[in-house]
Amino acid sequence: MTREERLRLREFAVRIRQETVLSIRARGFGHAGGALSVADLLAVLYGSLLRVDPARLDWPERDKVVCSKGHAGPALYAALALRGYFPLDWLATLNQPGTRLPSHCDHRLTPGIDMTTGSLGQGVSTAVGLALGDRLKGRDNRVYLVVGDGELNEGQVWEAAMFAAHHRLDNLVAFVDHNGKQLDGPTRDILDLPDIPGRFAAFGWQAQSVDGQDVEAIDRAVRTAWATEGRPHMIVLETTKGAGVTEIASMAMNHHIVMTEALAEAALAELAAELDRLRREEA
Amino acid sequence: MTVRIGYTGRTDGVALRDVFARVLARIGEDPDFVYLDADLMSSVGTRDWALAHPDKAFNMGVAEADMMGVAAGLAAAGFRPLVQTFGPFASRRCFDQVFLSVAYSGRDLTVIGTDPGVTAAFNGGTHMPFEDMALYRAIPGATVLDMADAVQLEAVLPLAYRQAGLKYIRFGRKPVLPVYASGSTFDIGRAPCLREGRDATIVASGLLVAESLAAADRLAAEGLSVTVLDAFCIKPLDGEAILAWAGRTGALVTAENHNVIGGLGSAVAELLAEHGPCPLERVGVREAFGEVGPQDYLQRRFGLTADDVADAVRRVVLRKAGAAAGQ
Ligand SMILES: Cc1ncc(C[n+]2csc(CCOP(=O)(O)OP(=O)(O)O)c2C)c(N)n1
Repeated sequence: MTREERLRLREFAVRIRQETVLSIRARGFGHAGGALSVADLLAVLYGSLLRVDPARLDWPERDKVVCSKGHAGPALYAALALRGYFPLDWLATLNQPGTRLPSHCDHRLTPGIDMTTGSLGQGVSTAVGLALGDRLKGRDNRVYLVVGDGELNEGQVWEAAMFAAHHRLDNLVAFVDHNGKQLDGPTRDILDLPDIPGRFAAFGWQAQSVDGQDVEAIDRAVRTAWATEGRPHMIVLETTKGAGVTEIASMAMNHHIVMTEALAEAALAELAAELDRLRREEA
Repeated sequence: MTVRIGYTGRTDGVALRDVFARVLARIGEDPDFVYLDADLMSSVGTRDWALAHPDKAFNMGVAEADMMGVAAGLAAAGFRPLVQTFGPFASRRCFDQVFLSVAYSGRDLTVIGTDPGVTAAFNGGTHMPFEDMALYRAIPGATVLDMADAVQLEAVLPLAYRQAGLKYIRFGRKPVLPVYASGSTFDIGRAPCLREGRDATIVASGLLVAESLAAADRLAAEGLSVTVLDAFCIKPLDGEAILAWAGRTGALVTAENHNVIGGLGSAVAELLAEHGPCPLERVGVREAFGEVGPQDYLQRRFGLTADDVADAVRRVVLRKAGAAAGQ
C-alpha cells in the first residue's frame, strides 16, 4: 500500500468516526463503543476493497456486507453516507421518528445495507446463505461479514461456521471485532474464548489475526484471504472498544453511552486534531 | 387481592429495573434460587448483585437458547431458576428450548422478558416484541403476566417465582405511570377492577392500563362511564370477571402493548366466542413490525394511546346501541 493510500484510508476512518459521533450526539445516546471499534475496517472496505456502486444498489454482482453486530449501524451509516449512498444530513436522523437509520441495521430502510441484523448471531447464517447463493448463481463477488466477539457466544455462529467450511465458501470473508468487551463487561469474565483464530482454523477456516486499528494490516489480511482458495476466511481484528476517542475508549462500560455535549465536544476535538495531523502528513 | 389506586396521570420516577433488582435480591435468599442472564445484567440493574453472588448468578453470555436449556438442567437438579433477557430474545430466540426442555419436560422456570412492545423504543424493530405473549400463551400450562407498574411488579414477581411451572413476565425497564398505591396485593389469575362503569368495559394489560384509566377519565367528561379491568394475567385469564362485566356493560374493549393476534385481544375474543358474545373492539398492534423511535411516538404510530382506547370505547358503545336498536 502506498503512503498516500494509507493516509487516505486513515483519513476516511477518522471521517467515519466524526460522523458516528455527530449522529449519536444528535440523538443523545447510542452504541458508541462497538461502532467506533470497526471504523478502520469500514474505511478499508468502503474506501478501497469493496466492489460496489452506490448508484446500482441491486447490482447482483456487487460485494455484499453483513454487519451481524447490527448495533454498529451508526458507523456503517457514516461510511455509506461518505461513500455517497445517501446524503450526509440523513445521519442526524439516527433513531428519530420515521428515520431510515435505526440503531440496528435494516436492509428494508437503508440504501446500501444488504442484511437486517440486530438479533446477534443471525447475520452469520444469513451471510453464509448469501455467499452460497452468490456462488450457486455463478457470481464472482464476495460477501464480507462483521461479527462481535461477544456475539461469538451464540451457538448459531458455530453452526454457520461448520456449514461454511463444509461447503468451502471461499467467497466469504469474515471479521471478528475482537475488542475484548461485550455488553456486561470484558468477554474474558463472561464467557472466555481464547484463541479465536485457532478455533476457526479448527472448524476448517483460513484464520488470521491482525491489528484491527491498522488500515494497512487489514488490507493485507483481506488480500491474503483473496489469494486462498477452498476455505472461508476469518480475520480476527484486535481492536479497542471506543477506538479513536480516548474518553470513550477509557470508559469501563462503553457499550451504550450517553453522549453528553461535553463528551461529544472532546471527541470531535480529538478527531479534528487527528484529521489535521494526517492532512499535514499528506502535504 | 386488595388493590388501591395510585393513578395520578404522572410518573413517580421509579424505574422498574430498580424494582426488579430489589425483588431479585430478596427472592435470591431462597437457597434454591439461581439467576441466569444473557449479557444484559447491566441493562436491567442486577450486575452488582450478580457479581456479589457468583454461586447464585451466572452470566451466560449472548446465548439465549443455551440459557433456557441450562435453566432446565438446573431445575432438574433441584434449583428454582429465574432467567432474564430482552423480550424478543426471551421468546422468539429460544422458543423450542423453552417449549421442550422446560415446559414439555415439566420443569419450573421464571422467565423475565424486558422491554416488551414499544418500550423497546430506541433499540428498534429487531428488539420490539409484539408476539412474545402469543408465543408463551400457546405453551400448555404456561402463566403469562404483563406488568402495569412498579407496585404490581414488586408484589407479583415473588408470587410468580414461587408458583410451579413456566411463568413469563414482561415489563419495561423505565419508569411508568403508576396505577397502584403501595400495599396493593394481587392474585395470579384474578383481574383487579380499577374503576366501575355502566357503558363499556376496558380490559387492559401492561402499559395500556394507565392509558385506559386516562381514557376513562376523558370519556367520563363526555358522559360515558366505563369499567377498567387490569388483566395483568393474560393466562390464566380471569374469565369470570371479564364475562361478568361483559354481561353488566354489554360492550368490551381490550388494550395491550402487543399484537392483537395471540395476546390479550385474542384471549378475550376466544372467551366471548365460547361463552356468549358481546361487541368487542381491540386496541393493539395490527399486522406491523416494530420500528425505532421514542416511546410516545411509537404509541401514536401503533395506536396504543389513551385516545386510541377512548375511540375504541366510543365505537363499541355505538355498536352496542346499534345492536339494541336492531333487536
Ligand atoms: C440475540 C441477542 N441477544 C442480546 C442482544 C443484546 N445485545 C446487543 S449488543 C450485545 C453485546 C454484544 O457484544 P459484542 O458482540 O462483543 O459487540 P461489541 O462489543 O463489539 O459492540 C448484546 C448482549 C442482542 N442484540 N441480540
